[in-house]
Amino acid sequence: MHEMSIALAVVDQVESAARPDGATGVSSVRLEIGELAGVVPDALAFSFQLACEGTVLAGAELITEAVVARARCIPCAESWPVGMPPRLSCPGCGGASVELLSGRELRIAGVSWHDAQVPTPTHEER
Amino acid sequence: MCRVIDLQQAVLAKNDACAHTLREDLAARGTAVVNLLSSPGSGKTALLERELTLARSRGVPVAALTADLATENDAVRLARSGVPVKQVLTDGLCHLEAEMLGGHLDGWLPSDTRLLFVENVGNLVCPASYDLGETLRIVLASVTEGEDKPLKYPTAFGLAHLVVVTKTDIARAVGFDEAAFRANVERVNPGVEVVLTSVRGGEGDGVLLDRALAARDGGPVHIPVMTRQSHHVHDVGHRHPHDRGTADRVADSGAVGSSRS
Repeated sequence: MHEMSIALAVVDQVESAARPDGATGVSSVRLEIGELAGVVPDALAFSFQLACEGTVLAGAELITEAVVARARCIPCAESWPVGMPPRLSCPGCGGASVELLSGRELRIAGVSWHDAQVPTPTHEER
Repeated sequence: MCRVIDLQQAVLAKNDACAHTLREDLAARGTAVVNLLSSPGSGKTALLERELTLARSRGVPVAALTADLATENDAVRLARSGVPVKQVLTDGLCHLEAEMLGGHLDGWLPSDTRLLFVENVGNLVCPASYDLGETLRIVLASVTEGEDKPLKYPTAFGLAHLVVVTKTDIARAVGFDEAAFRANVERVNPGVEVVLTSVRGGEGDGVLLDRALAARDGGPVHIPVMTRQSHHVHDVGHRHPHDRGTADRVADSGAVGSSRS
């Protein structure tokens, strides 16, 4: 199970982005997971909770969005959902001149965080 | 105050960046990495020992790094070939990552090494997601594992540059259906080469070594469909997923070069 490594990588990246911006807490992280990413969302959710402890992400919700895998045959110019197990040769011509349009995503799409209240202007602002 | 940030960062961006640097650093000194993936017990170590022994007899400088959760048994077996071998114990981690590999090579890998074979942790799930800076990724399955293995582990087989069947000497005894296996590989990774090997039967002698040397010397390497994308999903970038240009599409399925760029 490598979901813990994935969860730690997510926490690391969100912390790097949030801390310099003065975040005091992260309420949610939105993650896109492609069908072919090789990641189990439930296992990731479990690991994510543990990985967040003691960080600015403590208590953050993980929102996962499944991305359907689609491929396209270049000569036929047809695309199809590859399914699981995936069919990556063209269902029309049987050829292998195929490219993947989506399905391997493992991407932090968005983060929702709180920052400290903007302080009222002080003498520092001259 | 609450803010929502559109981060758009690949989760494995750090590993991919490390892998990219490792590949370039090793290429600059003439070394190519071969990443071997399979389930436990498929015969990676026996096949690798044979290929390392052959490399030594041909005078090709090679080295091997083998990763396991526990024991140094594999390193002891591989060291019989006489080439430099290193055992990495992952302390329970189910896969290798590029940064870990790089750390283990520092001060160990002989400078004249042309091929570094990395025997990944026996596991067809987790190691598939981690680029180790390899030039060639080989996925192995023994004839005892069932013809549908490529369908059960589509990410591992789908990202292979070469698929190796092992233990063919017992194929008949276990009723291995080669055509069905090949069809299943073709479904998840059309166009990838499948080679048959048997250490006991002497089949496919030198095939790993020959394919790896050809790839190291810039020969054509298969580009799996899963890696042919208009933009790589692991890239560090802030492009919106719908913001796909056509200029950077890999249009030619027979294109030569690294498929994991």
